[in-house]
Amino acid sequence: MKPGPFEYHAPHTVADVTALLAEHGDECKPLAGGQSLVPMLALRLTGFPHLVDLNRVDGLSGVERSNGTLVIGAITRQRVLERDPQIAEAVPLLARAAPLIGHFQIRNRGTVGGSLAHADPASELPAVALALGATFDVAGPNGTRSIAAADFFTGTWSTALEPDEIVTAVSFPVRGERTGSAIHEMARRHGDFAIAGAVANMSLDAAGRVSAAAISLFGVASTPVRATGAEAALVGAAPADINTLEIGRLALADQEPTDDIHATGPQRARIAAHVTGIVVARALEEAGR
Amino acid sequence: MTDQAIAITVNGERRKGRTEARTTLADFLRDELALTGTHVGCEHGVCGACTVLLDGEAVRSCLVLAVQADGADITTIEGIGPEPGRLGPVQQAFMECHGLQCGFCTPGFVVSVTSFLAEQPAPTDDEIREMLSGNICRCTGYQGIVAAVHRATELIEEATA
Repeated sequence: MKPGPFEYHAPHTVADVTALLAEHGDECKPLAGGQSLVPMLALRLTGFPHLVDLNRVDGLSGVERSNGTLVIGAITRQRVLERDPQIAEAVPLLARAAPLIGHFQIRNRGTVGGSLAHADPASELPAVALALGATFDVAGPNGTRSIAAADFFTGTWSTALEPDEIVTAVSFPVRGERTGSAIHEMARRHGDFAIAGAVANMSLDAAGRVSAAAISLFGVASTPVRATGAEAALVGAAPADINTLEIGRLALADQEPTDDIHATGPQRARIAAHVTGIVVARALEEAGR
Repeated sequence: MTDQAIAITVNGERRKGRTEARTTLADFLRDELALTGTHVGCEHGVCGACTVLLDGEAVRSCLVLAVQADGADITTIEGIGPEPGRLGPVQQAFMECHGLQCGFCTPGFVVSVTSFLAEQPAPTDDEIREMLSGNICRCTGYQGIVAAVHRATELIEEATA
């Protein structure tokens, strides 16, 4: 299976990218790492008369820490997340999430911004961005804006991006004091899309009680979702009093995952609840260290 | 759609060609440069048979457009050995440990394993299995392949000792 024909553009500036996207509208798609788009083109699940390659655009790659924020350029390869000691120190959750994305050959090519903008509901980075409250820097023909992760994911493969906008960078808050984080998922084989997964980021106050709790689930709905009920139940609690199984059940209380070839909806909910319990326990354990 | 000119370095040699933008790097290597050692299996990034090194990193050549590789440095299975007609340590290990039967997937395995061992010279069994998950073999059952990776670490160590 081969992609259908298209016109290929390889601009060097963000302004040229957004101008091309504005000019060609629905007939145009940005190409980042290509690890999702190229298979979809090859399978003819989608097709565009114009592709705009972001790989030769200046300034879209790299990692920078300033004040309490880690800024990752959109075209930064996913492999960098697991290799860069600066990332492991500043936002360890990113280093823990990266090895779960596809295989190392995929991560060598796949990009951070590409995975987020593709917005597959079963993928890891959108759930991480949602749990950590990341901010997306977006550029369009009329300038730049920021979109909070909570407002970014609107549906399966759908985001708040306009067709002529691209993500240029993503900002993650640097891990705070007495804070722990974890990600876990269940997949049939390593590197497959997860049947379901969960992310937790937990902070403790000076007295050792939970002061902030963020849980996001992936693979259970059309977007990654925050488990707000479970989060509320955690805040103020002492870790010794927390029943993580109960938190897992609470996290799935208002979700109705759908059936597919890999799992029924109820199976998927049970898996997600179980995985949620695991990440909450791990994050609490790390926060208390 | 006009053809585009491409110049890449393949196995140390400067190669030029023209192709449509939709041509994958895998097809360009095979059809334009006659380097048919890179095998094309699934053509959508699942099987790993087409794995090559792009600027030193293992990638699926079916998921990179040839035009995207313009200016890049590519190593294919033909360039993995020390010289034509001689096997590299990973190839030698696959031969010794029966890490192949039909051989269709083998170029992708050899390139992936070569890249992996350069970064992680003493992997555990679990790390090897996780690393191999990006390549699919439908004949061997993987036991021989895992054994070959262990053997390759010995051969590389002997060669560098």
